[in-house]
This record gives sequence, C-alpha cells and structure tokens, in this order.
Amino acid sequence: MKENIVSLDMIPCGKRAKVKELTSVGNLRRRMLDLGLIIGTIVESLRKSPSGDPTAYEIRGAVIALRSEEASKIMVELI
Amino acid sequence: MGLTAQSTGIGALKEMLDIKMNPVDDIVVALAGNPNTGKSTVFNSLTGLNQHTGNWTGKTVTTAQGNYRFKDKNFILVDLPGTYSLLSNSVEEEIARDFICFGNPGATVVVTDATCLERNLNLVLQILEITDKVVVCVNLMDEARRKKIQIDLNKLSELLGVPVVGTNARSGDGLEELMDAVYKVSANEISTEPVIIQYNSHTEEILQDIERKIKRYADDRINSRWVSLKLIDGEKTILNSINKYLGLDLAVQLNEEFENLRDQIVSSIVKLAESISSQVVYTQNQKHNELDRRIDDILTSKIFGIPAMIALLGVIFWITIEGANIPSDAIANVLFGIEDKLTKLFTIYNLPKWLHGVLVLGMYRTLAWVVSVMLPPMAIFFPLFTFLEDLGYLPRVAFNLDNFFKKACAHGKQALTMCMGFGCNAAGVIGCRIIDSPRERLIAVITNFFVPCNGRFPTLIAISTIFIAGTSSGKIQSVIAALTITIVIVLGVLMTLLASKILSKTVLKGIPSSFALELPPYRKPQIGRIIVRSIFDRTIFVLGRAVMVAAPAGLFIWIMANMNIKGISLLDHSAGFLEPFANLLGMDGYILMAFILGLPANEIVMPIIIMSYMAAGSMLELDNLEALRNLLISHGWTWLTAVNVMLFCLMHFPCATTLLTIRKETKSWKWTLVSFLVPTAAGITATFVVTQIVRLLGLV
Ligand SMILES: Nc1nc2c(ncn2[C@@H]2O[C@H](COP(=O)(O)OP(=O)(O)OP(=O)(O)O)[C@@H](O)[C@H]2O)c(=O)[nH]1
Ligand SMILES: [Mg+2]
Repeated sequence: MKENIVSLDMIPCGKRAKVKELTSVGNLRRRMLDLGLIIGTIVESLRKSPSGDPTAYEIRGAVIALRSEEASKIMVELI
Repeated sequence: MGLTAQSTGIGALKEMLDIKMNPVDDIVVALAGNPNTGKSTVFNSLTGLNQHTGNWTGKTVTTAQGNYRFKDKNFILVDLPGTYSLLSNSVEEEIARDFICFGNPGATVVVTDATCLERNLNLVLQILEITDKVVVCVNLMDEARRKKIQIDLNKLSELLGVPVVGTNARSGDGLEELMDAVYKVSANEISTEPVIIQYNSHTEEILQDIERKIKRYADDRINSRWVSLKLIDGEKTILNSINKYLGLDLAVQLNEEFENLRDQIVSSIVKLAESISSQVVYTQNQKHNELDRRIDDILTSKIFGIPAMIALLGVIFWITIEGANIPSDAIANVLFGIEDKLTKLFTIYNLPKWLHGVLVLGMYRTLAWVVSVMLPPMAIFFPLFTFLEDLGYLPRVAFNLDNFFKKACAHGKQALTMCMGFGCNAAGVIGCRIIDSPRERLIAVITNFFVPCNGRFPTLIAISTIFIAGTSSGKIQSVIAALTITIVIVLGVLMTLLASKILSKTVLKGIPSSFALELPPYRKPQIGRIIVRSIFDRTIFVLGRAVMVAAPAGLFIWIMANMNIKGISLLDHSAGFLEPFANLLGMDGYILMAFILGLPANEIVMPIIIMSYMAAGSMLELDNLEALRNLLISHGWTWLTAVNVMLFCLMHFPCATTLLTIRKETKSWKWTLVSFLVPTAAGITATFVVTQIVRLLGLV
C-alpha cells in the first residue's frame, strides 16, 4: 500500500486523490486545515498555471491554487 | 481596484478599525464569513452604502460600518474582511476574529456561499463555538439555482440550531427575512441552541481541565470553552487579544502533545461540516462547474494564458483611447468656449488684466485641461476594469503570474495588490494586507507604485496619443497608443518583479512564504451597477481630487510665471536650476519641476508642464490635442522626451497620499523612505540610460 502514497504535486491534472497525511507544520499546516484539508479529504488536480506552477485543485467544492512547495507537503493516495 | 471615497486618498488614512461602540439602544451586527461570499454586497443592500465589492478573495481588508432601521430598532452593521477560520493567519483575519470575539456584537450574521456550503460551514461552526447569537445567511442562492444545487434551509437550521436565511444579496431577495431573523435573535425573541462540537474523549478531558481554570479568571465575559480551545491551539495572537481585551494575564505552556490535539480539533469541525452538508445539499448536476473550467482552460492555458492577459489589457486601453477621443474634443470645445465667454466678461466689466490672468488663464484653463483630458478615459477605463473584476478575472491574473513572483521571492497575491494599484496606489498599499508574511507584504508595498494609478493614466494616454502615435493617422493612431501603454504597463510589471527580487536579495532577505489562492467561480457582472458606481465613486471622485489640487497649482504656476526677478520669471529660474539634471535624463527643467510640484497628486503633472510652457511664452489657445502637440514640439520635445516622460511618470516618487498611507501601514519612516527611493532610483536610472544610449547612437 505504501507505494501508492505520493505528494499532491505529483498528481497529474484531471486525477483525484485522497489526503493521507499533512507533513507541514505551524502556520502552513493551519492554512491547509482551514481549507478543509484533513485526512480523508478528496482533492482533484485541475490545471497548472502557464509556467507550470502553481496548480489549481478542487478542494471541497472550491478551487484553490497551491504552489508546488505547499502541495509537496500533502501526502495523498491516488484514487 | 479598491477605490472609494473612504479607501482612496486621505480617507484611506482614516482606518476604520476601531468601531464606534453604540449608544444603549443601537444594536451592533457583525457580518462575517468566508472571503468572497457577498458580505459587502449584503452590507450595501442593507445600508444603502457603497462598500466596494469584487469577485475575488480579500476585496475588503478593513472594516466598514453603516446603519439600517428595522422595525423599532437601529442596527449598526459592521462589514468584516472575509476569513476562512478564526485562527488568525493574516492581519485582516485577526481584525474579523477580534471583532466577533471581543466586539460583543448583538448578533453575528455569517454569510455563506450556497455553491460551496461545506467549506463555509467550517467557519459557521467555529463562530457558533464563541457565540449563540448567530444568523446564518446562505447567499448566492441564484448562483446555486443556476448550478442546480439545492439546499434544505430548514434542515440546516435544525442541524445548526440557529436561524438560516437564503438570500440573493444582489437582487435583495431574502434580505427582509434576514433582518427579521437578526432582529429576533438580538432581542432574544428566538432562543438559539447551537450545535456543540464533540471532540474525542482525550481532547475533551484536557479541554475541561483548562476550562475550569479559565473560568476563575474570565467569569462570564467570554466563552471559556472557546478560550480553552484556542489555548490548546496555541495561537499566540489569540492569547494576546484575550489578554488585551479582557485585561487578563494568561499564559500557556505549549505542549508537544497539543500539536496533535490541534489537528484533532480541526478535523472534528471539518467532519461535522461535511456531515451537515451531506444532509442538506443536493447536487443534481455534478458537472455544474464545467463552463468555468472551459473558460479557465483558455484564460490560464499554457499557451494562451499570458498572451490573453496582455491582449485583454491592450484591448481595454484601445477601447479607452478610441472611445475617449470624441468626448474629449467635445468637452474641450465646451470648456474652452466658456473660457472665451469669461474673457469677454472680464473685458466688459473692465476688470484688471492680472485678475484675468490669475483666474482665467491660470486657474480656469488648467481646470478645463484636466477635466477634458482626464474625464473621458477614466469614464471608460474604470467600468471596463471593474467588469473584469466582477467577472472574477483578477485571481486568474494572480494565478498566471504567481510563478514569476515566486522566482522574485515574493507573494503571488502581489498581483492582486498591483491590480488595486491601477485604481489608486494608496488603496493598493492598504490592499497589501491580504499578504500574510510581513516580509512579502513590505515588498508589495514598496513596489506598488510601479503600476500607474488613475492619476498617471491620463498623462500616459495623452502623451502616447499625441506623441508616439501622433504621426500616424486615424485608426492606426489609437492602436499604436494602446500598444504603447500596454508596453508601459508590462514594463511596470517587470520592474515590480525586478525590484521585488532585488529587495528580497538585499534588505528584505527571505524565502517565499506559503501561498493558497482561491479561484472563485466566474459570476455574471452587474453591468448597470458597474457603470453607475465607477462613474460616481471613481471617476467623479478622482476628478474632484484632481480639480482641487489643480486649481491652486494653476494659480501658483501663474504667479511664479509672472513674478520677475532681474527680468526672468521665478518659474524660469527654478526650471533653469533643474535643467542640467533634467537634461541628463532627456527631459527639461519644467518637466522635472512639474513632477516635483505634482507630489500632492500626480494628476496635475501634465497641466503644470503645459501651463509653464504657455506662461513661458507663446500664449496658445489649447483647444485640441494637435495644438498641444505643437506646443510641446515648440518647446523642444522629441520622441525621446516623450518616452522619458512616460518612463518617469511610471517610475518616480509616490504621491504624498500614498507615502502617508505607507507610513501608516508599515508604521515606519524607514520603509516609507525606501518606498520613496526605490521607484525614484529606478526612474532616474531608466531615463538616464535610455537617453544616453539614444544620444550616443545619434538617434535624435
Ligand atoms: N449572483 C450573485 N452574485 C453575488 C451575490 N452576492 C454577491 N455577489 C457577487 O459576488 C462577488 C463578491 O461579493 P463581495 O460582496 O465583494 O464579497 P465579500 O464577502 O465582501 O468578499 P471579501 O471582502 O473578499 O471577503 C461580487 O462580484 C458580487 O457582485 C448574490 O447573491 N448573487
Ligand atoms: Mg467585502
């Protein structure tokens, strides 16, 4: 099972994934939690910005753009 | 582009942070909610005021208040900045939180977005933990209907234990009901029973332990369960606020263990929100966001994203320039016609020549010029820009540009504050509060002046129309002018990035902080309101400011031009003094002096240049742009002069209002000075380099 777990920024556009772990700490972690990103939340990767970063994700009905630095601190499992 | 009578200019300085607490029988109502859910729109509809609204997160960064009457009571409504939660991350979230927690409102209305209810419920639940005097307003019901999302409001009210009202804040549907619910809740006519969020037993244990201790200090002044939760949360600013507003001296020892509890707490809330939402929201069409996605596929695509953005900007300028030509001429004809009449009047009544000079040639003529040149482009540009803002395009700009800002070690939301700067740099500087990290906020503040505000646009438009594009004819002319201005703006953005980069490598060292930007759904703009509001709030207001500064400036220049020392006017003396330096920058002393005298308001730079030229010799009737062109050429302008003036207009010291706002926002004269020096140095360098290269190559 472990092999299926990757960081959110590795998810290709159009794919959905389930949050397994947040590795960020402090304020960033809080921001992510505020957006409703908890373990079990389903996230869909929507599109990359013209220069490849940030990426827009659908999180609980809202579209949120995250930089790869943030997304790499969210471990997910592809579904 | 946050520009109202309150948020622009001097008004911007009067922060509305400290809410005047009411006399006994007024009832304070706080308007809270996630960003971009329509709080300001509800506020406007209820109070009849004109807080600015826009389809992006973080439009409102200060609080505003207004009144409305319902039945026998007077309500003071406080429009708060949007927040995702009450655990503060940025200045404006802290403002909102402190007001709800410590402002003691008679009722709190939580405005939520019907199309994204689940996420919104998070905040609702958090607020319910603090106070039971809550009314939930499910706004944007029309958008939900359009997207075929149904919400069972009664069930929601039952589950939350507080009144729930569905509204469409734009059309006013449901607001009557909302006011009724607020009335009843504040008067205790409905007793509410908010849901209690249950945490797991371990958390509850710790919670109750702390709560017991808190109760001893805080009595009934604050919800002690909530305070305990926040203490576990370990948020220092909350602790500070608690101590500050309640006069306590609490301190906590933060446990490692608390870090886990904190996640636990948030998870419980999010899960509860999820469960409630699953019971009340019915989505018939899973693909309701399809259209938005398609639009985004183009506007933020790899290939078209950035070109589309620049093209859009170019088209807006083209429409502005093309459209402004006709009214400009018409207005000029009328106003200068009046000048002739005034002159006749002076001759008939045999008034002294100097009085005619001072009032008509000095003051009136400057005013007429300012009005006829500035009014039409502003009346066209502002509605167009507001249209894009209302549509929801600005966050896409930030999305497209973020990577560049990241490379400059700055924050992606700086693109949004830049867009606000288009309206007014002072408003842009205040808007920088949406950036959490102090370092990145400072960068955004210091570089905000690189986007030309409405005070500088007319100068750019006039010069590019009459000078750069002047030789070509008709239709081509406005295209070239629009292109020129677009290039100037792009240059401004590049300078912003460059300056940000330099700042973050020198005085403001650091790495980029976190970034999470919401891309809201596109919403249909309210055309009628856009036009009315941009004309009244922006155009008239900015023009008013220009006129107020231009009139005395006109007088001042006229006097300088007519006071002689040793046969040379004061004006020529001063210009002569600046001449050598100005010459290095490819301009002349009059131009440089105009920029210096334009410190109070950039609107008057062009009028001052023109007045000095006219006063310094040939008294031209300036009734059209052709005459203006001839005037400038007769004073030695070449295309190089025009380019330099545009460059310097883009990059010089911020106007006085902006500087004072920066001082206020940064609370530091040092950073104000830096904000003064950075664009000035950039402008001097740019014009110097351009001039020397062009001269070296013998191009002029
Ligand atoms: N269709 C529709 N649009 C609405 C409604 N209410 C607000 N809007 C639009 O939604 C956008 C956001 O509204 P604002 O009032 O600025 O939102 P806010 O909650 O004050 O946003 P922040 O100040 O950023 O927190 C604007 O473009 C409004 O015109 C509504 O009921 N229906
Ligand atoms: Mg608002």
